[in-house]
Amino acid sequence: MSKPIVATTSLAGCFGCHMSLLDIDERILDLIELVEFNKSPIDDIKTFTKYCDIGIIEGGCCNSENVHVLQEFRKNCKTLVVLGECAIMGGLPALRNNAAPISECLEEAYLNCVSVQANDEKIIPNDEELPMILDRVYPCHEIVKIDYFLPGCPPTADLIWNALVALVTGNEMELPYEVLKYD
Amino acid sequence: MNKILITIDGKGYLVESDKTVLEVARENKIFIPTLCNLQGIKPQGSCRICTCMIDGRMMTACTTPVSNNMIVITKTEELDKLRSNIVELLFAEGNHFCPSCERSGNCELQALAYLYKIMVPEFDYIFPNRNVDATHPKIILDHNRCILCKRCIRRKKEAENPTWFVFKNRGDKVQINFDHELTADFDDEMAQKAMDTCPVGAIIRKEKGYDVPMGKRKYDKHPINCDCIKCKE
Repeated sequence: MSKPIVATTSLAGCFGCHMSLLDIDERILDLIELVEFNKSPIDDIKTFTKYCDIGIIEGGCCNSENVHVLQEFRKNCKTLVVLGECAIMGGLPALRNNAAPISECLEEAYLNCVSVQANDEKIIPNDEELPMILDRVYPCHEIVKIDYFLPGCPPTADLIWNALVALVTGNEMELPYEVLKYD
Repeated sequence: MNKILITIDGKGYLVESDKTVLEVARENKIFIPTLCNLQGIKPQGSCRICTCMIDGRMMTACTTPVSNNMIVITKTEELDKLRSNIVELLFAEGNHFCPSCERSGNCELQALAYLYKIMVPEFDYIFPNRNVDATHPKIILDHNRCILCKRCIRRKKEAENPTWFVFKNRGDKVQINFDHELTADFDDEMAQKAMDTCPVGAIIRKEKGYDVPMGKRKYDKHPINCDCIKCKE
């Protein structure tokens, strides 16, 4: 039997969840035995080259590119697993959801903030090459169907490992108390 | 005092007749989850987390007085599902950003979510528009995290002190608020007491927070229903 194929990505996240994935320490050698990686920052494959079994998503959707990548993952992966608070509820980027309308956020970031320097022409980046910022940060499951959720900021390495093992072997996931944490 | 017989989870107990089901369960080290209940103040029964099967009906354990030959079941699959749904609703209703909260690891709502192994709420997040009131010199009110359990309000009322905290507005706009004049002379100890009354991180002491490292906080290693000696202190 061929190895299950895994793809990963980070949307509006900080890559902390990917770091936590690396925190499985020496088990990463077992992981490479168990699965093959496709599109992922881990092996730097930029686009899907084949249909994947497991898609791992970190971060929510804050711009049009995030939405596009997430929809690509749904199309190209059999099972989607989201990692971390940002993917589940927007996380820290979602603090802007009810703070102010997006126009005010951009004005604060590019015009009014005390740390803004050398923007005399008062430009808010608006090139059509740039992904469009969404009106608010959306959790992944509000954009596409998500199959499994692993909470935490980041999810503990053991939680990710247990979930991957359960998915690959088809057994029920082990979930001891210390492993499930929201921070 | 009259002693009466009640059965909890198939075991008979001879108890005083002026107690509630929750009080009896606590005395006999039977775990019933609670959120709006605070030991020593009058129960309100608003969060419904402590719902048990009492004589075949679902009733809140904190407000139901014991009666003779009462039969109580504290844990069934259906009850656990109901309780976990209540926790999920509370998470979906407010803006509970656990990673950035001072109370994370020491929060009763979070501990209940851990207990029921909630990976994600079944319900859609509302992302309500709520503010943070940091005008007071000693405490911060973060309405995003408030679950409106009224513990802060009820505690003060019953201690015959002036009421520091009150509800303002109505319906889905209801918020806790406090009297700035009465709380002007708040010292650190009173601020800490107010913070400890809150089951979540809605009342936070200023200039204090994140002082217990991860892994050593109350609910990091021990669940809320833990009956080890350290947790029972």
